[in-house]
Amino acid sequence: MDAALDIAALVLVLLGAFLCLTAAIGLLRFRDVPSRLHAATKPQVLGVMLIAAAIALSMRSWTVVVALIPVVLIQLATAPLNAHMVGRQAYRNGTVDEATLVVDELADRS
Amino acid sequence: MSVDAIQTALIVAAHVLFAVAAALTIVRIVRGPSILDRAVASDVLLTEVLCLLGAEMVIHQHTRTLPVMLIVAAVGVFGSIAVARFVARRDQ
Repeated sequence: MDAALDIAALVLVLLGAFLCLTAAIGLLRFRDVPSRLHAATKPQVLGVMLIAAAIALSMRSWTVVVALIPVVLIQLATAPLNAHMVGRQAYRNGTVDEATLVVDELADRS
Repeated sequence: MSVDAIQTALIVAAHVLFAVAAALTIVRIVRGPSILDRAVASDVLLTEVLCLLGAEMVIHQHTRTLPVMLIVAAVGVFGSIAVARFVARRDQ
């Protein structure tokens, strides 16, 4: 049972590492700031959640879980804030690929 | 295949994935055409550091760096917010 839980924790760590890799590949291949932001959000939320679940599975104590919950909650709270600020400034700077936009709801305000 | 062999294989695979991800992110930080690209990429690098701290705790079975994870998660957001708010303004 312990060995199975340890292997499950390592598989979760591997999934988190894979999400980090997808974010890095997305950063390299996407063309403008908002699409790179889209790639960057994956490890920020899901990757940290998977790693936190792996730590909880590996330690198997409730104090560790109590310490991990604020980490995940802080990530959930700050990732959208961060993306909002960066995306807004990217739009104002004009570093958005206009040809790929379907609807530009801010077009008449700027 | 024994349990130890499976664990070693998983640990090596996770290390390789983290290393490649960090290298690709640093490539984007160096090349990134605008300061916002660099801000996004350094935020991703910080998240990778966060994930790596957690992975190291799982691999070596200790909880000593849990406060570091908490502080990195709490403070890390201010970097790219500050860049987006005060540095990245285009001079008109």
